[in-house]
Amino acid sequence: MERVTLADLNRRSVLFGTGALVLAFTLKPALAQTKSPGDETQNFQAVAQPAPELPGSLKTNPNLESWLRVEASGKATIFTGKAELGQGIKTALLQIAAEELKIPFERLSLVGPDTVLSPNEGYTAGSHSIQDSGTAIRHAAAQAREILLAEAGRRLSVPVEQLRAADGAITGPGGEKLGYGELVSDHLIEGRAQPTSKLTAPDQFVEMGKPRRRIDIPAKVTGGAAYIQDMRPDGMLHGRIVRPPSPGARLQAVDLSQAETMPGVVKVIRDGNFLAVIADKEWQAIKAMRALSAAAQWQETATLPDMADLPAVLMAMPADDGIVADKRGPVSAARSEEATFTRPYQIHGSIGPSCGLAQLVDGLTTVWTHTQGVYPDQKAIAQMLGVPIEKVRCIHVEGSGCYGHNGADDAGADAALLAQVVPGRPVRVQWMREQEHAWEPFSPGMVTKVRAGLDDKGNVVDWNYELWSNGHNSRPGTAGALLGAQHIAKAFPLDAQKLQITPEGNGDRNSNPLYAFPSRHVVWHFLADAPIRVSALRGLGAYMNVFSIENFMDDLASKAGADPVEYRLRHLDDQRARDVVERAARNFGWKAGQKAPEDHGFGFAFARYKNLAAYCAVAMEVKVEKETGRVRLIRATSAVDAGEVVNPDGVANQVQGGIIQAASWTLYEAATFDRTRITSVDWSTYPIMRFDALPQAVDVDIIPRPGTPFLGAGECGQGPGGAAVANAITNAIGRRIYDLPLTREKVRAAAQLRA
Amino acid sequence: MVALTVNGKTHQVDVDPDTPLLYVLRGELELNAAKYGCGLGQCGACTVLVDGEPVFSCVTPVLVLEGRKVTTVEGLGTLEAPGPLQQAFIEEQAAQCGYCIAGMMMRAQALLQRNAAATDEEIKAHMEPNLCRCGTHMRIMAAIKRAGKLMQTASAASTGRTG
Ligand code: FES
Ligand code: FES
Repeated sequence: MERVTLADLNRRSVLFGTGALVLAFTLKPALAQTKSPGDETQNFQAVAQPAPELPGSLKTNPNLESWLRVEASGKATIFTGKAELGQGIKTALLQIAAEELKIPFERLSLVGPDTVLSPNEGYTAGSHSIQDSGTAIRHAAAQAREILLAEAGRRLSVPVEQLRAADGAITGPGGEKLGYGELVSDHLIEGRAQPTSKLTAPDQFVEMGKPRRRIDIPAKVTGGAAYIQDMRPDGMLHGRIVRPPSPGARLQAVDLSQAETMPGVVKVIRDGNFLAVIADKEWQAIKAMRALSAAAQWQETATLPDMADLPAVLMAMPADDGIVADKRGPVSAARSEEATFTRPYQIHGSIGPSCGLAQLVDGLTTVWTHTQGVYPDQKAIAQMLGVPIEKVRCIHVEGSGCYGHNGADDAGADAALLAQVVPGRPVRVQWMREQEHAWEPFSPGMVTKVRAGLDDKGNVVDWNYELWSNGHNSRPGTAGALLGAQHIAKAFPLDAQKLQITPEGNGDRNSNPLYAFPSRHVVWHFLADAPIRVSALRGLGAYMNVFSIENFMDDLASKAGADPVEYRLRHLDDQRARDVVERAARNFGWKAGQKAPEDHGFGFAFARYKNLAAYCAVAMEVKVEKETGRVRLIRATSAVDAGEVVNPDGVANQVQGGIIQAASWTLYEAATFDRTRITSVDWSTYPIMRFDALPQAVDVDIIPRPGTPFLGAGECGQGPGGAAVANAITNAIGRRIYDLPLTREKVRAAAQLRA
Repeated sequence: MVALTVNGKTHQVDVDPDTPLLYVLRGELELNAAKYGCGLGQCGACTVLVDGEPVFSCVTPVLVLEGRKVTTVEGLGTLEAPGPLQQAFIEEQAAQCGYCIAGMMMRAQALLQRNAAATDEEIKAHMEPNLCRCGTHMRIMAAIKRAGKLMQTASAASTGRTG
């Protein structure tokens, strides 16, 4: 009788029932890692949280079967709602699953994001993938392993404590072995997860914390089908969009006939201000696009701000004030210093322009997209098409690196629109370079103003910081967030941006310094009107805020006659912050009072990303050719504390890349426009980092913190990386430049003023 | 019809003669490696070798390629038997998104087959036309140097064998 009961036992009763089988869950308290810091709601906008007590994304998807499935073959499938964006997330998530499930890495495969198959984890953004999805997968895998142990214990009639899970099998005390494939049955690993799990102790790790080669790289270096651009479903057609010449342009007239008669052309589409062609071959589509573009007459309006006067324009715009920090103490400042910093609009500039693929079959539109959020896109695209949400399926396929909200969602929506015109046929829409440069949502221009009250030793006793910026997130949302939906005749309006002050921050991200200033006031002058389409670029406001704070800290240090590293440490209580600062300085060979070689400069910067994710300090050496203003990076040394690290080489790769990318933003990048049109439309009008400016080395030293929560690391290098370049240039030329980017012309002028 | 030799195989392709090589490689021959990045000769994502020299396939009409030898990343080796550059890029984990990488490899191949012992400065100067947005440059440099060493070892070994 008892045997029968046990045979019927499903996992729900294993977890919630009473008796021996539950012991596995109650014997030991759960190890650390049940909670990651941060307000995860940002990435879960509009995602219901049925289980807020559960760790990571189990909050939104509490059932084990949402996360993994063990197959009878002994293999397992892991499901994630987070997208591979070139940050190596697939590999890291599988490492976590392999570790906790106790299964060889090679037996795992990963599915998702896909609105049919994978959990809804909102957006892949904000360095959250390991924190959200990794935490959920870790707990789900650990709980699945305990279920398998319990099932083996039952079959072998051995107490669970005498069993060992390893290599995808459970071994008993006498060496008897049951593979996971033998143990698993329908519904065994299902139902709601528990809030705590029996996690593997870090000193037992065989997979996590070990560098592992990324699973996506071999295909990428051998011509495998690795990207959405490489998809060629049967019957695929090629679409191209003709975008208006400027954001305010309206279509006056267009003659479709020439494009319609061109070879290979299947359809020419006009829908309001939305113009497109569909052709058999890609080059035919491009030629038809050009012909259609030439045949269109637009009425253009000047809607763009005055680029030459951008800071003043931003500061004069109506603003909602959000108080980020307000902690005023009694202050007796001996004197004060202030500075204003500006940043132009900048772009994501993916090397591969955005691409979307869609097919309408029996009323269901399937969209393959390199979006960061399949579920939000599903909703927005369904709204745009005027169909119920279940009539759209979005499947993530990797694209070129996006670094935030680029044209991915828009290209997916474009493809969905074109797919309606040729039912049954898959349509691939590839944006042109000029379209990506001009139409992707930019990262907003910003102004920051900082004033510090100082004591007689030059230490900060009072800190006032203001920033002027649009919101940095206009992701869908509603259909109005999609470019195509703004252009079609039945146009959808853009979602209004609202000021929100959250722990993670937006434009105000990292605007509140981690330094232990006794009195502080930080305010975001939130600009609701966006004269240029803007959205999330890697780090949101953190890059500019850290740039401003860390440049200013160097100014203050120099006024106090202090070494920049020592001056920072004076103001830092947080031990982990001190550790990365000291480690980066030591590895660099930083010495107080040292002088860089002729024409060289040393710079230092620090931040804890979002004040709650990874800590990062960067020391940088640059060389400046004073006659030309040309800057070369010589070497960069960084120290990072990302809590528990899953794939150290993956973190190193992300931080190295982040520092180089931030150096590029800092030295070269500004979107340009006249009052009507965007004028930075290719790589010659929007230059970025090239090989000649590269340093000899970018070192990343990861401070191990086993057993502590994961701290998102993918964006932690952006702020300190950029600020360290600026501080090094200042050190080399003896003058600071307050307006980004620090172009050759500005560096040359500043160096000459000094000389 | 245009006759095109790619990775040692000759193909007859039925396209407009003004079609850039990139679209023939991707669309007609279904080769994935060469990538569309700009179509303007500004980024190098589409770089392939023509008679051993790097060219931007996005601005090279297929018409001018009759009788010339085109090499793409697919011609450097396979998943099972990767060539030196492929092996080196895997060993150095020299990719983030990887979108720029095929173009990087082809430009590097042109240099290494001339001079497998190229210095850092020579590599940087040679790689100047190619853009990477992820900031993978340091690893790309390391992978090119590693590939150079692999090629030198291989050629030393084969010289040893034959000589
Ligand atoms: S795609 Fe050919 S150079 Fe950019
Ligand atoms: S690795 Fe992403 S563009 Fe180079």
